[in-house]
Amino acid sequence: MYSVMLLRKQDSFLLPTYPVWEFFMTITKDEIIHVANLARLEINEASLDKFADQIDEILEYINTLNQVDTSKVQGTSHAIALTNSFREDRVKEHLENSQALSNAPEKEDGAFVVPKIVGR
Amino acid sequence: MKLHELTIHEAHELLKQKKISSSELTKAVLDQIEAVDEKVGAYISIFEENAMKQAGEADKAISRGEIQPLTGIPMAIKDLICTKGLRTTCASKILENFIPPYDATVMKKLNKAGAVTVGKVNMDEFAMGSSTENSGLKLTCNPWDLARIPGGSSGGSAASVAADMCIGSLGSDTGGSIRQPASHCGVVGMKPTYGRVSRYGLVAFASSLDQIGPLAKDVTDGALILNTISGYDPSDSTSVPEDVPDFTAFLKKDLKGITVGLPKEYHSSEGLHPDVAASIKNAVNTIQSLGAELVEISLPHTRYAVAAYYVIAPCEASSNLARYDGVRYGFRDKDSNDLIQMYRNAKSKGFGTEVQRRIILGTYALSAGYYDAYYGKASQVRTLIMEDFKNAFQTCDVLLSPVTPSPAFKIGENADDPLTMYLSDIFTLSANLAGIPGISVPCGFSENGLPIGLQLMGRHFNEEMLIKVAYNFEQATDFHKKKPNL
Repeated sequence: MYSVMLLRKQDSFLLPTYPVWEFFMTITKDEIIHVANLARLEINEASLDKFADQIDEILEYINTLNQVDTSKVQGTSHAIALTNSFREDRVKEHLENSQALSNAPEKEDGAFVVPKIVGR
Repeated sequence: MKLHELTIHEAHELLKQKKISSSELTKAVLDQIEAVDEKVGAYISIFEENAMKQAGEADKAISRGEIQPLTGIPMAIKDLICTKGLRTTCASKILENFIPPYDATVMKKLNKAGAVTVGKVNMDEFAMGSSTENSGLKLTCNPWDLARIPGGSSGGSAASVAADMCIGSLGSDTGGSIRQPASHCGVVGMKPTYGRVSRYGLVAFASSLDQIGPLAKDVTDGALILNTISGYDPSDSTSVPEDVPDFTAFLKKDLKGITVGLPKEYHSSEGLHPDVAASIKNAVNTIQSLGAELVEISLPHTRYAVAAYYVIAPCEASSNLARYDGVRYGFRDKDSNDLIQMYRNAKSKGFGTEVQRRIILGTYALSAGYYDAYYGKASQVRTLIMEDFKNAFQTCDVLLSPVTPSPAFKIGENADDPLTMYLSDIFTLSANLAGIPGISVPCGFSENGLPIGLQLMGRHFNEEMLIKVAYNFEQATDFHKKKPNL
């Protein structure tokens, strides 16, 4: 219902259809693949088109932030700003080795096991 | 008397007078789950044996005269709060078999208070969603209309409270995830001030926005749960060393001298459903007739809240969810013969679509060359949104608004349209960006019988004001007493 505020490609018959549209996209399919790789995700070919369209539509909406003049505004990363939230460096209740390993998919001799990463 | 229909304060009185036992109460709740959860689908895990054991211990404590407000009270816990030795899935395939080796701080507090953990309830995977349809494990239906969503992400919490499958519940709210499902299911839901309740042991989604809070049958119960879970915790460096008042002290009938602000951007919003608009208008009249003063105020940056939120939350999520690599816990694909492929398989097969979408969005917005344009910009707009609230609270004590633009939508209606889904969070997510508390209280029903909620937002660490206004409204109406037909 709020979509009336947006220009959405499926709403507009005036705009050129894909693939000309990609020229206007904020993010391309190649960029999605690149970013997915950075995040160690594999996007399968079948869902890539839809995924790219949806993410592009979201980014387009996010670009409305550029209407706001923030040249003199400091950013906020936390609503309740605390500085130097220190505590005493004391040994307290902690997990035993076996507890820390209790959910490990693979373990051996008190350690996590991963596929071989050296000497190939 | 149907025991499972009791509120916390009603059950507490009966337990104290030894008219009922926690074992009877817990059994009644388990029987109700057995009777209706096949239809509603609120629970991911039910800990029958453990619950009856805790109830037995509560009964022993009560017989020794040791009773606190939550002693012996059966609670449903959102499945992203770690419960020692009890499966915690986050409604994700990646954590489907995760058994936490420790308790979240809120669970330690509930256990110390003698509460009974009945089970863990459904949610959108990693709390990302507004309908609980993004659960990787099961579907939850709205008890008022099984063809509709219960809201989300704390949909299982809201549905379990509404259907009397628990006496009270804990949820979490990152952009409205307690208030919105509470509104859709006709129960009370409260997001405390950021830092009021410890996040230690809460599976992280967006760390600067997440907050645990109660979902309950009435405002009094909400205050009782909040009393139990609030407070500074050295294990959470973002919890705030503020004094915690006795919130039940504000359950008093009097609204004289209180100024209620009506944010015009919320009330004149174009997309507001007529039934929601009508209920809110009636609620405003009720509040005024109770003695409160009304003042129209403006939150000029409201229209940018969704955009700012959907940069900040995915950015924090992409960082938080990097930890699911299949090494220490969680899903690992057995057919992974090198390390990078192991990461890829764990994440691609373990996370659902919405979670992957948000990881990509966040990773993109934080990647080299885009950080300032997206995260930097959004965090500046966040400052402006906070300033809007600060200015508003100079002329009023509490803000009154709708919780959602419309009553609960049909299952599947928005499933393939993430942006429309995001936009439905318009009235709730500003409170998370600003870190202020908010509460949703039942304030009416739509023409087709769906619950509608009223939102109140207040100053930082001023939950008592929300509780006071919400209690006065609730006591003057009977929407909270209506039950769904199941």
